[in-house]
Amino acid sequence: MKARVTVTLKNGVLDPQGKAIEGALKSLDIAGVESVRQGKVFDIELSTSDKTAAEAALKAACEKLLANTVIENYHVEIGG
Amino acid sequence: MKAAVITFPGSNRDGDVAKALKQAGAAVTHVWHADTELPAGTDLVVLPGGFSYGDYLRTGAIAGRAHIMDATRAHAARGGYVLGICNGFQIACEAGLLPGILVRNAHLKFVCRRQHLTVERNDTPYTRAYAKGQVIDVCIAHGEGNYIADAETLARLEGEGLVAFRYADASGKVTAEANPNGSLNNIAGIYSPGFNVLGLMPHPENLIDSLVGGTDGRGLFESLVAAKAA
Repeated sequence: MKARVTVTLKNGVLDPQGKAIEGALKSLDIAGVESVRQGKVFDIELSTSDKTAAEAALKAACEKLLANTVIENYHVEIGG
Repeated sequence: MKAAVITFPGSNRDGDVAKALKQAGAAVTHVWHADTELPAGTDLVVLPGGFSYGDYLRTGAIAGRAHIMDATRAHAARGGYVLGICNGFQIACEAGLLPGILVRNAHLKFVCRRQHLTVERNDTPYTRAYAKGQVIDVCIAHGEGNYIADAETLARLEGEGLVAFRYADASGKVTAEANPNGSLNNIAGIYSPGFNVLGLMPHPENLIDSLVGGTDGRGLFESLVAAKAA
């Protein structure tokens, strides 16, 4: 079973890297860029085919390591 | 004073901090991150500077979950001393030993230079050899030293006097210009509520010998050794 975990900064947390990317996009004349926030994507393959078990495992993975919940939110998508 | 210096893959200041501790009179053992127990009689655990796991995921995140950190948390819970320097401060935050987190410097540049700090209080095991409010001259070398915490945590740190050091200018003024990385309230280091855990971004172990430019870092190690003897 495949899953994708997305980790993003919480609202209000400064993102200097996102700001730098935003500035670079504007300098490239990409039209209409208002703001950029940088995050992380993890593609994870799980041995289980049980969706509930996969959700529990991925939540634990996020809480224990993938996200620092002081500054980050996470989102789990489970695919086929 | 029996000190255990933990070496993680990518630690590179473990030798320097061991030298500083030995100079102050501590007995030092080096401990590998995959070990599950601290040496018997350990008084102080040191999480040294460096780039553990290449700073992958988040600085200190993977090292913060190493096997030895369970023993380190138990040691801290018993009131044992834990000192995290630079990457060690990042590891201590990721391991839940200290609140908040260190993120990318606000200006995005790695900073490597001398830096003045104010010693916020001198009634702790780490700072008795200094004067309250003393300005010390140490080194900083980091890309992710920007300390942030939520408003409630920050208010608690300030209210309970848990800020150990602040970035300042040479006269001891805590100003925005003297802040090298954007840290909230110019915070360079913080204590746990029991004052037994200290995390700081600057490197006191760099300045322990006048031969290399200064000795202002010595006081921290001498304070610790004296605290154990007291």
